[in-house]
Amino acid sequence: MIKGNFIDNLPKVYGIYTGGFLAFIIIMSIAEQMGMTAKTIGICFVAFTVAIYAIIGYLSRTAQADAYYVAGRQVPTVFNGMATAADWMSGASFVAMAGGIYFKGYGYMALLVGWTGGYVLVASLLAPYLRKFGCYTVPDFIGTRYGGNLSRFMAVVVLTVASFTYVTAQINATGTIASVALDIPFQYAVYVGLVSILLCSMLGGMRGVTWTQVAQYIVLIIAYLLPVFWISNKMGAGFFPHFMLADEVARIGELEQQFGFVANTKESLAMVPKGLAGITKAHSAVNATPWAFISLALAMMMGTASLPHVMMRYFTTPSVKAARKSVGWSLFFIFLLYSSAPMLATLSKLSLIDPSLPTGIIGKSIAEVQAIDWYQNWNQANLMFVSDFNGNGTLELNEFFMGGKAVVLATPEIAGLPYVISGLVAAGGMAAAMSTADGLILAIANAISHDVYYKIIDPKAETAKRLVVARVLLVVIGFAGATIAALEIQGILGSVIWAFDFAMSGLFFPLVLGVWWKRANKEGAIAGMALGLISGAAYLVWVRTGGSGFLGITQLTFGIFGSAVSLVSMVVVSLMTSEPSAATQRMVDEVRVPAGRSIIGKQ
Amino acid sequence: MSKQEQHWEKSKGLLMMTLAIWFVFSIGIFLFGAEMNEVTGPFGYPLTYWFTCQGSLGIFVLLIFWFANRQEKIDEEFGFSEKGDD
Repeated sequence: MIKGNFIDNLPKVYGIYTGGFLAFIIIMSIAEQMGMTAKTIGICFVAFTVAIYAIIGYLSRTAQADAYYVAGRQVPTVFNGMATAADWMSGASFVAMAGGIYFKGYGYMALLVGWTGGYVLVASLLAPYLRKFGCYTVPDFIGTRYGGNLSRFMAVVVLTVASFTYVTAQINATGTIASVALDIPFQYAVYVGLVSILLCSMLGGMRGVTWTQVAQYIVLIIAYLLPVFWISNKMGAGFFPHFMLADEVARIGELEQQFGFVANTKESLAMVPKGLAGITKAHSAVNATPWAFISLALAMMMGTASLPHVMMRYFTTPSVKAARKSVGWSLFFIFLLYSSAPMLATLSKLSLIDPSLPTGIIGKSIAEVQAIDWYQNWNQANLMFVSDFNGNGTLELNEFFMGGKAVVLATPEIAGLPYVISGLVAAGGMAAAMSTADGLILAIANAISHDVYYKIIDPKAETAKRLVVARVLLVVIGFAGATIAALEIQGILGSVIWAFDFAMSGLFFPLVLGVWWKRANKEGAIAGMALGLISGAAYLVWVRTGGSGFLGITQLTFGIFGSAVSLVSMVVVSLMTSEPSAATQRMVDEVRVPAGRSIIGKQ
Repeated sequence: MSKQEQHWEKSKGLLMMTLAIWFVFSIGIFLFGAEMNEVTGPFGYPLTYWFTCQGSLGIFVLLIFWFANRQEKIDEEFGFSEKGDD
């Protein structure tokens, strides 16, 4: 199936695959009617989808460097767009984003703007030029453009710090989902997740990851959109929620006025289980200062343009022109999910707080709420909690607490959808976390195997040996990530945002100026990467250990400080040292022209 | 000015225009988030809320496709476009 004309047959192959998946959902819902238990349905969904990914991974096995590192540079624009969207949308986007919007409203939605606006920078500043360069990895570009092993090595360091921060969160997410769906302890589930991830990437490298990511995108987008549309229709909110929820948004505003945001005392809050939050912020009103919103959006946009696992997806397109278009498709496929998250948050919130809806719990008696089936389930899962702080016997808005994940995971059940939807959502979350983890682990392993091992340590190594090293590294990095994930030391969303800040601190300006400023030289780039990363990290440590910070830069936006230091030091050091050689300047000129052979292919 | 320099000048012009539009919808409008939210936007949502849910996101998608097409035209004009299909 993967042989011969596979590329020409892509629409057909994935069309059949999508049809098969929909048929599987229908079979499962029939099985549910016939009495299959919720637990079995969950296991079926996760096991069936992971098995499909593993088969795709096996069929994509390769012994060629070009296929292993850049999928043979023949991935069509639309499919690369889907793969990038899956690569991009992590467990955090899938499981936590709607929850973040639900609790924090406008201030949180800076992430939506940031995580999409960044693609404009990718398309216009970087992707087409790096594609023309013809590199295998992002440090490959830095090393060739600026020259010298030190610049290459620094780029590998920044890449590893940023991607590793990100990947532990993703393995953590696969572990969480696997442990719930398969009903095994988290410590083991993490390794089940890891093995699934490695099955997709180990044999086929970038080629395997590309074709599994397309498959994972299809699963995750169906798993996200189907419940949103279904819930909206069931509630009578509108058959196309994105265009029809204005009344619901306004109604939430009314209810917020009516209930008021009552602040809880410290003693009351101490009773609430860790990780759960109440509704304390307006849903659609502007509740953050312009700078708080803009600085977070800006950090995420520059971070997007610096994250190597995204950038390297554009190395796989057949041409420079295709790379540009492919960025557009990526963002389109991301848009489908991101624009639905606020709608899900709206539906979820309204169904819980509106007393005139049958599912609304605010205003009911505490005992009545505690007797509801779904409340008991999610209370047991540590994702919901009510308590009668004021002792009046009725549930008030400030007495209801929920975990961020519950918005995606519990809303289908609250709205009365069949359990098959919950199984589907678990499969979608697994797909989202796996696809991102795959991209990240591959980015790190490829950078170390290609840039450190092949380019610096042993430039004469044969392809077979290089690919063995690449695969060994893949397993080692995966296990390191899983081991740290098993310790459960950090929350999913926080560490994802840090990864963006690390990446932009060290890589944004060295990458952008490498294309757009001919005068940038090796010394400048090394200074920019090293000082940017160090100052960003130092700022994070300072704020985390009680530092007050300045200019409103928080631990979520420390990349703004890091990248500013990076820019200044790169420009100053470049100007103080000699300009790059004539050969390097010619190389930059060539990068700017789409036609002709790639730079690295020529050498 | 050589053909290559002209091509680069035009590409830079397009970049500036793209970044200007990007700036307006990712940063510019959010300077006035509170004021804009008083206005009713498309589909009846408060305007700033709509931009954060759909508006800015959708504009970015269109902007990238527009940019890609314009850049292709510039490349063709100077004979720098790649042969073959995409």
